[in-house]
Amino acid sequence: MSVFLDELNKRILVLDGAMGTMLQQYNFTEEDFRGERFKDHHKSVKGNNDLLSITQPKAIAEIHGKYFEAGADIVETNTFSGTRIAMADYDMEDLVYELNYESAKIAKEVALEYTRQDPDKPRFVAGAMGPTNKTASMSPNVNDPGYRGITFDELRAAYKEQAEALVDGGVDVLLVETIFDTLNAKAALFAIEELKEEKNIDLPVMVSGTITDASGRTLSGQTAEAFLISISHVPLVSVGFNCALGAKQLTPHLEVIAHRTDLAVSAYPNAGLPNAFGEYDEGADEMAEQIREYLDRGLINIIGGCCGTTPAHIKAIAQLAASYQPRPIKANTLKV
Amino acid sequence: MNSTMIETRYLKLSGLEPLVITPESNFINVGERTNVAGSRKFLRLIKDGKYEEALDIARHQVDGGAQIIDVNMDDGLIDGRAAMVKFLNLIVSEPDISRVPIMIDSSKWEIIEAGLQVVQGKCVVNSISLKEGEEEFLHQAKLIRRYGAAVIVMAFDETGQADNYERRIEIAKRSYDLLVKQVNFPPEDIIFDLNIFPVATGMDEHRRNAIDFIEGTRWVKENLPHCSVSGGVSNVSFSFRGNDVVREAMHSVFLYHAIQAGMNIGIVNPAMLEVYDDIPKDLLEYVEDVILDRRDDATERLLEFADTVKGERKEKVADLSWRELPLQDRITRALVKGIDAYIETDVEEARQQVDKPIEVIEGHLMIGMNVVGDLFGSGKMFLPQVVKSARVMKKAVAYLLPFIEEDKDATSSSNGKILMATVKGDVHDIGKNIVSVVLACNNYEIIDLGVMVPPEKIIATAKEENVDIIGLSGLITPSLDEMVFLAKEMQRQQFEVPLLIGGATTSRAHTAVKIDPQYENAVVHVNDASRAVTVVGDLLQKDRKQGYKNDLKKEYAEFRENFLGRQQRKEYLSLEEARKNKLSLDWSSDLIVTPRENGIHQILDLDLNLLLPYIDWTPFFRSWDLHGRFPNILEDKVVGEQATELYEDAQQMLKRIISEKLLQARAVFGLFEANSINDDDIEVMVPSEGNSEKKIFRTLRQQSRKAKDRPNLALADFIAPKDTGITDYMGCFCVTAGFGTDELAMKFEQEHDDYNSIMVKALADRLVEAFAEYLHEQVRKEYWGYAADEELSNTELISESYQGIRPAPGYPACPDHLEKETIWDILKVKETIGVSLTESLAMWPAASVSGYYFGNVEAKYFGLGKIREDQVKDYASRKGISEEKAFKWLQTSLAD
Repeated sequence: MSVFLDELNKRILVLDGAMGTMLQQYNFTEEDFRGERFKDHHKSVKGNNDLLSITQPKAIAEIHGKYFEAGADIVETNTFSGTRIAMADYDMEDLVYELNYESAKIAKEVALEYTRQDPDKPRFVAGAMGPTNKTASMSPNVNDPGYRGITFDELRAAYKEQAEALVDGGVDVLLVETIFDTLNAKAALFAIEELKEEKNIDLPVMVSGTITDASGRTLSGQTAEAFLISISHVPLVSVGFNCALGAKQLTPHLEVIAHRTDLAVSAYPNAGLPNAFGEYDEGADEMAEQIREYLDRGLINIIGGCCGTTPAHIKAIAQLAASYQPRPIKANTLKV
Repeated sequence: MNSTMIETRYLKLSGLEPLVITPESNFINVGERTNVAGSRKFLRLIKDGKYEEALDIARHQVDGGAQIIDVNMDDGLIDGRAAMVKFLNLIVSEPDISRVPIMIDSSKWEIIEAGLQVVQGKCVVNSISLKEGEEEFLHQAKLIRRYGAAVIVMAFDETGQADNYERRIEIAKRSYDLLVKQVNFPPEDIIFDLNIFPVATGMDEHRRNAIDFIEGTRWVKENLPHCSVSGGVSNVSFSFRGNDVVREAMHSVFLYHAIQAGMNIGIVNPAMLEVYDDIPKDLLEYVEDVILDRRDDATERLLEFADTVKGERKEKVADLSWRELPLQDRITRALVKGIDAYIETDVEEARQQVDKPIEVIEGHLMIGMNVVGDLFGSGKMFLPQVVKSARVMKKAVAYLLPFIEEDKDATSSSNGKILMATVKGDVHDIGKNIVSVVLACNNYEIIDLGVMVPPEKIIATAKEENVDIIGLSGLITPSLDEMVFLAKEMQRQQFEVPLLIGGATTSRAHTAVKIDPQYENAVVHVNDASRAVTVVGDLLQKDRKQGYKNDLKKEYAEFRENFLGRQQRKEYLSLEEARKNKLSLDWSSDLIVTPRENGIHQILDLDLNLLLPYIDWTPFFRSWDLHGRFPNILEDKVVGEQATELYEDAQQMLKRIISEKLLQARAVFGLFEANSINDDDIEVMVPSEGNSEKKIFRTLRQQSRKAKDRPNLALADFIAPKDTGITDYMGCFCVTAGFGTDELAMKFEQEHDDYNSIMVKALADRLVEAFAEYLHEQVRKEYWGYAADEELSNTELISESYQGIRPAPGYPACPDHLEKETIWDILKVKETIGVSLTESLAMWPAASVSGYYFGNVEAKYFGLGKIREDQVKDYASRKGISEEKAFKWLQTSLAD
């Protein structure tokens, strides 16, 4: 029985906040992104945040540290775009294993350091597996609705490569996140099941979908409940939502799944909705106040932040969460 | 390892929406027409690559109540795997279909797996079995679980198909244990198909086929926890092919008993199902004897009886036995069947029996119309039938009126008074007339103000007559603003009555976003006649109406919020940026063909016979609320009979129109030298008294941000720019088949015959569309001649598979109605063929079409989409009109 599941049964676990928002403060230049190793790479790599795990590992470790400092129990690896599919934009497909492995290692080292300082509060690393930049059940061409830019098998292979590297690098849990097309997520879950079987290991898996707007549906059109049904065929520890909406807008969708699943429920919303300039400006206390509603209603087991959230947000959320009991989980759902 | 281990384990499936099957759920009906093995029509469409039409079948299934749709592509002549993937990909793009879960049906594993890889929701695999042994069975089951689907397990093993009770339960038990114990397959995701085989085949070993299935089902449900049982029901009656009366009874009886035993899912054609309680007692007994194997001679007895009911359904044309029925039954029947031949006799007989003539309307006739209303409301009658009923009703009322007027102190009571009007500047009224007729059938008093009704008149009449509801209709975009104006005016004058909005150009979105906020009271968008009855009923209901109105307000407010919320995402370019991304064609090639006959031409009285092959019938049926493609609609299971009857009536009317020359077809059109100038304008040289005069068409350019390599189009892009020095060409036209329509429709209305009045207008619309198609072909092949060798079938014409386009002002590529004025100016349309423009720039008579001709091989239809203010201002200054005027006319195209 893993320590992670023990802790999840005991208390509300706090997930970290945004990686991208924190990286912006470093104002890294093209040269910083490239580092010595990629100084001659034939394409611009500025914006390839995942690459920073190799070229600016200190900054990544520093950000993980800030979130643990703020009270997070789990940090996500810097691997949101760490698949062959997303890396194709930079012609860096062959770096996928290394990127994920190094990202996992950096995060795990920081986590171990904090656990050593306070053994009563063990810290964890979640291997982040993003949606990729392609969708398996929508056509990128409005004039040809039957066309697909990617196949299930391509996604499955890409996710398997990422998951394996994350596991080898030492993550405690895999997090399939920001799911806007459920079919992509199903390919990721398929890959994880294959990997578990081949390596003969067991590993907790978290799933987090994205409700894209007030219609209450994913980008690929599913309602929250249909989404839940579509990903419930594999053993999971938690299901929930992140991104696109602020804490307030996410509430009704969390209600839907909290009442229909025996799994743990997670949420890491954005810091409000973007303002006219596309920035997130909901403050830490304001966001925590919204999250208090989740906690009052007993909807949550894992809580954190997505776009626009900072260590200040996580600190406010962690302080709040400490005074609440987690949503009861049926014990046997967590027996992996 | 296990997922959710809870006491109650339900089969949960998903499309875009969830489907949770609980013991309380009604029987789950699987749509079976998207199966090449089960539907010859579907097979043909897939073979011919007509996926769009194949999608219509799927949509029809879902609309008809299928909760899951079965897709099967197993046919020797198609690439099943490719067809499955392509069809599922297309289904997934249609939210009104993909909201339900999909059953991926194939006997080939590779097709099943290909299907599982393209659907996001939780599907059902149909099917796997122990036929090829345990290893294969478990391998497939494990993968199905990993893909996240439920599974149908056939009662089939290494030695063959289960054909008796013992074999059914033996195979079910073995399959269940293997699945649950060896691969942790969730038992609630297992659905057994225990093989439904025919009974009454004459062979003794088939006698227990139905009862063994039913008993097997009972055993499975009692002994194998959480699983479901399914099957294809029509098999059971296979030996009675051709005798639908018996087959339908057999299906109902079989299901009645199987459902009681625990069968909860099935593939059933709802059209082939009799209501259990409606089965005649004798037939029921014979069928139950067979299904439940109650007698040795059950089969013989049913066969014998079957001969007596064979074809009973077919009504004999000259069967007048109903004339022997009691009076009320005759009147009801005349109304339901739309027979007007005897109505006056029957009404007279009724009048003799009552004290006051009004009692015939309130009694006999309303009893009959209530039956019509119920049948229509429950989908058992279709719109054309209801309109025919109304014709009978009107005749009856017309007959009674003189007697009622004689009887001074009579008062009539209706359910409510409804004002109907097509708004100012708009001339289209087919939809409005249909809604009026249907409402009148439901005993509402209709005050129909006709077409082009100014708002003052609507307001004044509403007050004078103290109406309960106002209904507005419109087909062209400027009518939308008229409706907004009217809503504002109703608010200003403190009206409280509900406002109904309908017509082709209206939408729920426009109603919610633009009209609803203007008026504090109820505003409802209603686009079909059957919904109109329910909505009006709810709006006028005595005790619940306030609640209903509040719900409506809330619903529209929510819709508006969601809609506006979604809107923000579109990104727009400035006009300057959009122009930089215009379509640049290679003008160096010699693709431009000089028209054989430049200049202006007229056709003043075309032989209508020439147009018949060009008629696109599908929209004709749509205007009568019969949905489906022509000619397949004539054989449609649900509406086919009605469609055929309507089509025959239409053919007769057409014949009459042609032989008596009741309608006139006229056209004026021209082909001119043309060049695009200043990016978005087209300069044309119009010959005028030996000289030529410059005229300019203004076109609008798409401004939404495009994917890479896709241009921001304007129609001007299809014409060579002036600075290339190349002379290019374009044309414009106006055709009409409307002269005579109004006179003829009026004549029918005077005879209380709305059916034929609407028919004439609908046919005039079809004829003018056919004329536009015909003329376009003449232009391509003769007058312009750039496609002189073209040979196209009617279907190809309708699908527009020819070179060049004929976009019409007011439609997606050029939503600007103002350019019609330029066409009228160039072609002198009013002076030559008499078609005029109303203040909203609708064409009068209504059955008219105008537009441009573009001949370039690259010219394609496109939608302008939304544009920004900078383009409206630029357009105003180019055209030399005030910005205010430009904003008024382009309002509906403006991005918010």
